[in-house]
Formats: sequence, C-alpha cells, structure tokens
Amino acid sequence: MKKRLSMGMLIVYTVLSLWAITTLYPLIWVMINAFKDRRFILTDSFSIPMKGVATLDNFRLAFHKLNIIGAYKNSFIISLTVMFVVMLFAGFAGFALVRYEFRGKQILYNMVIAGMMFPVFSTIIPVFRMMNAWGIVNTESTGLSLLATALPQIAGNMSFAIVVLMGYMKGLPIDLEEAAYIEGCNVYQIYFKVVMPLAKPSFATVAIFTFLWSYNDLFTQMFTLRLKNQWAITRLLGELTSMEGTNYGLMAAAVTLVVIPVLIVYLCLQKYIVKGLTAGALKG
Amino acid sequence: MNSNIYKKKAPIFVFLLPAFIFMAIFLYYPFLRNIFNSFQNIAGLGTSAKGFNEPWYTNYKMLIVDPNMKVALKNTMLMIGVTLVGQVGMALLLALLVDNIGKGKKFFQTVYFFPIVISATALGLLFNLIFLYDKGMLNQLLGVIGYQGLIDWKDTSHAMITLLIPVIWQYIGFYFVILVTGLNTIPEEIYEAAVVDGATKVQQVIYISIPLIRNVVCTCIILAVTGALKVFDLPWIMFPKGMPINTTWLTGTYMYYQTFNANNVDYGSAIAVVIVVLGILLSKVANTILKEKEYE
Repeated sequence: MKKRLSMGMLIVYTVLSLWAITTLYPLIWVMINAFKDRRFILTDSFSIPMKGVATLDNFRLAFHKLNIIGAYKNSFIISLTVMFVVMLFAGFAGFALVRYEFRGKQILYNMVIAGMMFPVFSTIIPVFRMMNAWGIVNTESTGLSLLATALPQIAGNMSFAIVVLMGYMKGLPIDLEEAAYIEGCNVYQIYFKVVMPLAKPSFATVAIFTFLWSYNDLFTQMFTLRLKNQWAITRLLGELTSMEGTNYGLMAAAVTLVVIPVLIVYLCLQKYIVKGLTAGALKG
Repeated sequence: MNSNIYKKKAPIFVFLLPAFIFMAIFLYYPFLRNIFNSFQNIAGLGTSAKGFNEPWYTNYKMLIVDPNMKVALKNTMLMIGVTLVGQVGMALLLALLVDNIGKGKKFFQTVYFFPIVISATALGLLFNLIFLYDKGMLNQLLGVIGYQGLIDWKDTSHAMITLLIPVIWQYIGFYFVILVTGLNTIPEEIYEAAVVDGATKVQQVIYISIPLIRNVVCTCIILAVTGALKVFDLPWIMFPKGMPINTTWLTGTYMYYQTFNANNVDYGSAIAVVIVVLGILLSKVANTILKEKEYE
C-alpha cells in the first residue's frame, strides 16, 4: 500500500516537473544563448557558454545599436504615469462607491464592470482619431507621444483597479474612520490618512499589475509611438525582427534584457501579482 | 455605512469625477463612436470621414464575402476551442495534481506563473528563435533525437500549430493559479471525512475537488473564451500580416492590418464591432450552457 502510494506520487511529481521545465527552460535557453557568439547559437544552442564561446558582444550591440536605455526610459515614464494616475483616481472612485449611498450607484458600478469587457480593438480607432485632433499623436514631440500612450492605458486599467480596491475597502472596519472624524478630520483627510494606508496591500496589487500591463502592452504602442526615439521597450522589441532579422544573438540579448527586470519584480512581489490577477478575474 | 461622515454628498463628485471622466472619454465614448465609424467612409487614421458608406452597411456586406475574414474567424474559433481544452483542461489537471502534493506547491505555482508576467512580444521573439527553421531550438532538439532533416514550423501546414502552442502555453499558469486558489477554499474536514470512509485519492478528486470548484472552472472557461478574442501581440510578432499566404489571420490581427496597413479604417472598425459581438455572444452561450448543467 505504502509503496503504491509513493509510486503515484512519483508520477505526479514527474508530470508537474515536466511542465515546470517547459515554462523555465525556454527562458534559460534564451539567456544562455544571449551570451554566445551568434555562430554557436545555430550549431550548438544547448551547451553552457564556455571560454571561447562566451561573449558579451550581443549585449554591447544591443546597447549601442538599439537605444535600449532610451526605450527603457520611455517605458518607465509611460508605465509610472499610468500606475500613479490609476492608483489615485481608482482609489477615489472605489472609496466613494464603497462608503457613500446615493442614487445611481448601482448604474455606476455596472458601468465599471462593463469597462472591463471592452476589448482594446473596439476603442483604439476613435481614441487615436480624437488624440490626433488634439495634436498629441503623429507629432515629433516625444513627451506628447508618451502622454498619448498613457491616457488610453489609464482608462483601460481603471475598471480593474476600482474593482480590486472596492473589494478590499469593503472589508475595512469603519470605526477608525469614525474616530478620525470625531478628531476633526474632513472626508479627504480621512481618505488619505486612514483609508489609503489601511488599504495598502490592495494598492500594491493595483500598482504592480497596472505597471506590468502597461509595460507589456504592444498594441497601444503600435498606434501612438511613431518615431524611433519615441519607442518604448515593448515596441522596440516588436520592431526587432524587421530591423535585425537574422541577428539571433542580438535578439536573444534583447529578450533577456527586457525579461530580466520583469522577472525580478515578479519574484519579489509575486504575492501581490497573483492576488490581483485572481481577484480581478473572479470578480469580472 | 450609516456613519455621519458620509452623510454630506458633495465629496462624491470630487471622488468619482476623475475616474469616470477618464473612462467616458477613453472607453465609453470611443466604444459607441466605433460602431458609428463602421458605417462611414474613412480612408486614413488621421483623416476625417467622407460621409457615410453607400449603402451604409457596405462594410458588413464585405465582411461576409472577404476570404481573409473567413480565415480570421475560423482561426479565432479554433483558438477558442483549443484554449478551452488546452488551457483550462491542462490547468485543471496541474491544479489537481499540485493540490495533492506536500512539498513544492509554492515552487510550482511560482514557476507556472512565469510566462504570464513576461510580455507576449518578448515571448513572440523567444518562440521565433525556438521554431527557427535553420537550426532553431526545436529542430536542433529533433536532430539530437536522431530525426533527419529540418521541419519548417512556419509553413502553411504547421503555421497554426506553431501559433497556438505559445498562446496556450503562456496562459495555462493563469488558470492554474485561479483553480489552485479555488481548491484551497475547500475545507480540509471534507477530505478527512472521505478518508475515514475509505475514499482513495482519485475518488476524492472526482467526488469532492472537481464538483466543489465547478464555479471556478466556469469562470475560467468564460475567461478563456473572451481572452482568446483579445490575443494580438504574440501572433503579430510570430506571423505578421497573416503570414504565410493569409493563413494565420485572427480577428484581432486582421483588424489591425486593415486599420493601419491597408488604411481601410472604417472596415477595421467593423471588424472591431464583430469582435465585440462575438465576445458577448460567446460568453452568453457559455453562461447558458454552464448554468443549465447546474440543475441536472
């Protein structure tokens, strides 16, 4: 009996490990090959880069030829903007929808939920044309193009953020807010000094998830970032095949450079990421 | 909620306005405007409409006869079917297995979730290298096993499989995490009672775990169906513009192509409308099928 059980466990662990290999190995493989001369990628891609094969040339080329630093900078400007605006405004809206009773509340809540369902395909054309009329896309100005990328992303993340924050704020005890009120705080002070600090974990979830989503979103960037110096990192990566079609070493290096910061963020903050994704998914 | 603090209603506007102004301008209005646009004649993203199409439903007539649209719809349906079985099915299997092990739960959860946080663009490039004809990872691997010759993973007969594998692979971890979270909510006592009654592990899974996370599975199914309609980045990187020879179009990639590359903006809008309608229809269908089963 005991033996059969451990036999079953062995199979279970084997299956689980096999899948783990499929999610881990491709990433390891591309990182290993980023350190190899491109000739060796095509002949022997599985070995670990040794003396004579190992090189930093791919990375050097990536930094020199591709303006990776500039693209990173653009990405961070866009994604940090999206993150902070979403946190601020979604926090406000979530708070009002949880704590206040007023007519039309249910309608507004339904509108928030509906906002999560619109695929980006169905809004991007009018959004682009509108921003074109305002003069913030199709311009030489990098700042305006970055703004034009951030604006629709803010709206696109707002619903999700409101839902996550509402879920958390609902569970907060109202006593502390009442105590602050008796101390003489007004509603805004109560929000910033009591509610926001208490809801920190859910704000962390929203912050990380919004940042990652914005950082990874290629579709919006394909509409709003026209010139090379405006490109964010995802867009740069998207254009790599047409720019450097067969330089596989450079490609591996670029993928590595884009993936590593995200993986580090993920490993440090995975608790919040997983929680946010599942919370948003289950409620939507 | 009865607290005095929240009796004064004026702050409501201050709190609600910014978020809803953003959503009104960048979500609700464009959504409606897009439907309107699909009846107009717009020859460029930056140019104004030249009035309505003659007749106004021209784009929708074109959708029916457009062979590429047929390919896109067929592929999208294929994508939905395969993601349902491949993503949710595989995720369910992995979740049930992980739920029954002692050590390593956390490790598997972390590792399975990896692909989701990485951009689909980066994964597209990664899989381009893996599926490379001239000595990509897969063809090298086949060589190691002893297979002679190279497989062209991007030719017409392999293209759709090559496209579907990474898409499915990326999101299994997502559903896996949702399902594991669902499994964790099942109280331990139920399993203990089953063990006392002499139930085997397999019986526990079939008669306790699966029925109790039925709702979570339904959520996953609906998410998978609507999610499949939104796929864009990965296919566009691996198979831009329907390569090879218009065989890999999806509704999303074809919409982008018509809008940006073919400058047929109003037609692109019409395709976007189709995507929305498909999404609503499919989630309605999924909902009714899944609900009916509950009363069996």
